[in-house]
Amino acid sequence: MAELGAGSLLLGDPAFNYQEAELNERLKRLYPAVNEDETPLPRSWSPKDKYSYIGLSQNNLRVHYKGHGKNHKDAASVRATHPIPAACGIYYFEVKIVSKGLDFLSSLLPLSPIPGWDKHSYGYHGDDGHSFCSSGTGQPYGPTFTTGDVIGCCVNLINNTCFYTKNGISLGVAFTDLPPNLYPTVGLQTPGEIVDANFGQQPFVFDIEDYMSEWRAKIHGMIARFPIGERLGEWQAVLQNMVSTYLVHHGYCATATAFARATETLIQEDQTSIKNRQRIQKLVLAGRVGEAIEATQQLYPGLLEHNPNLLFMLKCRQFVEMVNGTDSEVRCFSVRSPKSQDSYPGSPSLSPRHGATNPNLHSAGADSPTCSNGVTPPNKNKSHNKYPGVSSASSSSSSSPSSVNYSESNSTDSTKSQPHSGTSNQEETSDSEMEIEAEHYTNGVAENPSARIMNGTYKHQEILQAQDISLGNGVAEDSCASRQLCGGNQAATERMIQFGRELQGLNEQLCREYGKNVTHKKMLQDAFSLLAYSDPWNCPVGQQLDPMQRENICSALNSAILESQNLPKQPPLMLALGQATECVQLMARVRSGSCSFARVDNFLH
Amino acid sequence: AYCLLTSHIEVTATSRHYVDRLFDPDPQKVLQGVIDMKNAVIGNNKQKANLIVLGAVPRLLYLLQQGSSSSELRAECAVVLGSLAMGTENNIKSLVDCHIIPALLQGRCMLTVCVTPCQDPTVIPHLMSLLSRSQRTQEYITQIFSHCCKTPEHQTVLFNHGAIQNIAPLLISPSYKVRMQALKCFSVLAYENTQVSMTLVNVLVDEELLSQVFVRMMQRDQPIDMQLTAAKCLTYMCRAGAIRTDDSCIVLKTLPCLVRMCSKERLLEERVEGAETLAYLMEPDVELQRIASVTDHLVAMLADYFKYPSSVSAITDIKRLDHDLKHAHELRQAAFKLYASLGSNDEDIRKKITETENMMDRIVSGLSESSVKVRLAAVRCLHSLSRSVQQLRTSFHDHAVWKPLMKLLQNAPDEVLVMASSTLCNLLLEFSPSKEPILESGVIELLCSLTQSDSPALRVNGIWALMNMAFQADQKVKGEIVRALGTEQLFRLLSDPDSNVLMKTLGLLRNLLSTRPHIDQVMSSHGKQIMQAVTLILEGEHSIEVKEQTLCILANIADGNTAKELIMTNDDILQKIKYYMAHSNVKLQLAATFCISNLIWNEEDGSQERQDKLRELGFVDILHKLTQASDPNLCDRAKTAMQQYLA
Repeated sequence: MAELGAGSLLLGDPAFNYQEAELNERLKRLYPAVNEDETPLPRSWSPKDKYSYIGLSQNNLRVHYKGHGKNHKDAASVRATHPIPAACGIYYFEVKIVSKGLDFLSSLLPLSPIPGWDKHSYGYHGDDGHSFCSSGTGQPYGPTFTTGDVIGCCVNLINNTCFYTKNGISLGVAFTDLPPNLYPTVGLQTPGEIVDANFGQQPFVFDIEDYMSEWRAKIHGMIARFPIGERLGEWQAVLQNMVSTYLVHHGYCATATAFARATETLIQEDQTSIKNRQRIQKLVLAGRVGEAIEATQQLYPGLLEHNPNLLFMLKCRQFVEMVNGTDSEVRCFSVRSPKSQDSYPGSPSLSPRHGATNPNLHSAGADSPTCSNGVTPPNKNKSHNKYPGVSSASSSSSSSPSSVNYSESNSTDSTKSQPHSGTSNQEETSDSEMEIEAEHYTNGVAENPSARIMNGTYKHQEILQAQDISLGNGVAEDSCASRQLCGGNQAATERMIQFGRELQGLNEQLCREYGKNVTHKKMLQDAFSLLAYSDPWNCPVGQQLDPMQRENICSALNSAILESQNLPKQPPLMLALGQATECVQLMARVRSGSCSFARVDNFLH
Repeated sequence: AYCLLTSHIEVTATSRHYVDRLFDPDPQKVLQGVIDMKNAVIGNNKQKANLIVLGAVPRLLYLLQQGSSSSELRAECAVVLGSLAMGTENNIKSLVDCHIIPALLQGRCMLTVCVTPCQDPTVIPHLMSLLSRSQRTQEYITQIFSHCCKTPEHQTVLFNHGAIQNIAPLLISPSYKVRMQALKCFSVLAYENTQVSMTLVNVLVDEELLSQVFVRMMQRDQPIDMQLTAAKCLTYMCRAGAIRTDDSCIVLKTLPCLVRMCSKERLLEERVEGAETLAYLMEPDVELQRIASVTDHLVAMLADYFKYPSSVSAITDIKRLDHDLKHAHELRQAAFKLYASLGSNDEDIRKKITETENMMDRIVSGLSESSVKVRLAAVRCLHSLSRSVQQLRTSFHDHAVWKPLMKLLQNAPDEVLVMASSTLCNLLLEFSPSKEPILESGVIELLCSLTQSDSPALRVNGIWALMNMAFQADQKVKGEIVRALGTEQLFRLLSDPDSNVLMKTLGLLRNLLSTRPHIDQVMSSHGKQIMQAVTLILEGEHSIEVKEQTLCILANIADGNTAKELIMTNDDILQKIKYYMAHSNVKLQLAATFCISNLIWNEEDGSQERQDKLRELGFVDILHKLTQASDPNLCDRAKTAMQQYLA
């Protein structure tokens, strides 16, 4: 078809790309609840679902009539590529009458589900202003429309009604009790008739967002006023329990205790246990997975043995952290400042990811807790110093006030309390490095080539750090430029290779015992692939090195520990959140339009 | 109920005496009692406390709110209450406990205090200065302003005291109540006030134009009260000419918002206010009327306004019935007003309105409702629809609307009379089938009496109706009009200070002087006076339209058989006709030429002599010149006249 060719030719047009971006942005804003993987939104007319008298052009947005237009039998229509998803809640599109054609006989049938057209179709006629509903006889509805007019059609999937607009003015309800799965459709009958569609490519003439806001307010009001009745006391206990278990789950020990005291409730888990979990989590998040494994084995003997999958995941992560130069097994070889090693971007508290955006929430326990406290500030400068680089420091960290602070409070607080100790740490370590560096420098020629590489690296690091200190803030860590495999230490690299072999061995052992595991294989492959690149941080699998990746494994380990203690592996708060989210998605699938305005995000502040 | 303050207050006999006097059946004594009380409490906190304990406050409030109290008494009561409020904290508390604030606001006693600045010019600046105190003072003071501001003078006083600059920042206050009161204040200030409205459009609040702030307040997720009041502000600004009627904030925001306020989902009060405001917004603008007529089925939506109290409410819920009954009149009059506004210009809209279920029946019954407000609104609606030729011919006749209309005219306040008589003018148009039955009902006397009214609008309508009645009427009707009106009154109207009255009177004369036998008959009995009046008008300082109409009368006279001679023998008039033939205004030239043309028309007796005489007077030369005129009509007319000479 010629029209299709024209459409694809335009694809390279920058203006078109810009329009496409604008369209995506507008659709996302208008219909945030729509999952386009499941139910794509209409974006253009369908070249497949149209009469032959219909011609399409301009990216399948312009429709022109090319039939005879002698009588009603010559009427032709075209529908959009997809039906209107129920999750839109309220759907809207507009059509501009570019040319009315030779006579004044035309129609607009914006809704028709199947190319059968006559059945279950709803329309608004331009020549007489009548509306018609699944039949040829119309009802007086609105004014007539002609060249230059912009006609809009709004489908309210909450109460299953529809109204049209003319030049931005609502004409009032045209139909009620609409069936689901309607398609935007346009029908023409006059030679020379041309109409342009706007599915969101351009701003609408009618203020649909204002109309939506009314319905959002209505539905929010309904939710807010939902009667709780006599269960009020019970309700409070449930809420308190939710908060308490959430704090305990994430190991916010002191907060949980304070909360329990204030609300006169009991905590199921004892303090030591909470603190232990907290310590292990912190180790994982700091990238010191080896130590975390050790601590787990020591504190929860048998746990990892009973969870070989988890152990494998942890080991894999440990390998990655070795590449990263963060794990203590490689760290002990390094005398470098921790600065470039601890590249965790932001505070060590879990990244803020709101529940509703995570579709796997309650099905996969391994997922990160979706609701973290507060926002993680991107100030690397202060927070990354929270992990004193000396490898032996780990055991004492839990007793240091700063680390307690970190685990208890949300990230914003922790950064507030950190700078002091952080800065002093930084100065201390860099001071000692200065000395080492100075030594190297005066020594001049190194004894072996590998040492020279080492020296060189150090020097490079040193300069960067000196800058950091003198500037106070400035470029905190130019990690990309200075990162090297295992921190650039050869002994460490050797240790890593050896660990890799052990990991390979573990995989083979697991295969023998439990049969092949595709996930493991993939995990291992990805981890080993890192070694294939000169700069693993900037390679196709470099994503693994992102400290954010620690969160999943961290919460998986936490859940496993809790489970082993006969505690819920997920806090009820997250469970409730997940259920609510799932429920809203279910509403979309069963075509309950109000889901669009009952989104869980709207209630998370 | 109010609380006792402290137990050890010494209640003296004199204090009790003051309070007792407030209950005296003689209002004069009550007034004196209040005045004495005023003098007794000034500066005496103990006395104030005593009076409060003895129950003076509720009684004072009662007197204040009583419609039957004289304004003097009410003012004195307000002063005493104000004085009591100047006492101790406890005193103020007990006053507030008696719900004094709403009473004061309702009773408008603050009005006497704060809008008579000559008495105390410090009050308003003082209140303005209190605005910065707290959210509470902001809320109350703006509320006081909105309640007190009742006249254009009040608006000006507040405007001159910087109300706009002081209150505008409150529109973005964190407190909803403050925002709301500030908004209400603006709606009161802007109402029919060009000065305020023109200032408002340029005001910036936090770098945003005020109109945009109002638009945001009209968003659909805002509380209804706020949407409605913001729409009022924009409506008033638009009507005052500060915002164009085609501005998108009017067309796409204010108008749809007001239409929404008319919907069934809104409270009855909101629907009344919404409809009234919308009617006001679009009254002068046909484009807005067209848009509103297709917005959200407004015309059909309004039909629902007539369904209160509904049959359901009567059976199920007494409270609701009471509520419905209270609002029923208001709803009906609001709907009539809105229909009137909708149908004031566009024929299609009028058709749509009359086709609404039982519309004409509703208007007919509305015309005879007990509530003046409803009657007025119904007749306005009828008037608006009566501008349609088609409706006059069909629905108006079918429903015999002239009957209740005539009844309405018998005994009604002036504002109703103006509308009703104006409607009658349209019903008396020549093509209206109602004309005949109205004539038979003896309307002439009534219309003649209207021409003697003090109100220019009623005089115009009276004479206008007579004019329409006389158009192509038979001799009997014309004679009756002249007889009933009386020549004296007719000539008095010809010197009426209102040019509209003059125009319509001339129109009546012209209609009376049509068809030859009628012309001769009227001129034979009243020729002298008519010629005198015509001369006077042609000599006087009048508009082109008036002079044109007068020349047309002359032309009609010139068409009579015997009447012609009244002109031919009057050289003064002939000179005037000559003068107007050479006038710079084509319309006057045309009318004057027409007159000459009638005088020299060949087929009539004595045409030769008249032609000769006029030739002598130099008319032929003028006609000759006019055949070269650039205006084609004038040129044709002159040529036709010239042909009379050639034949």
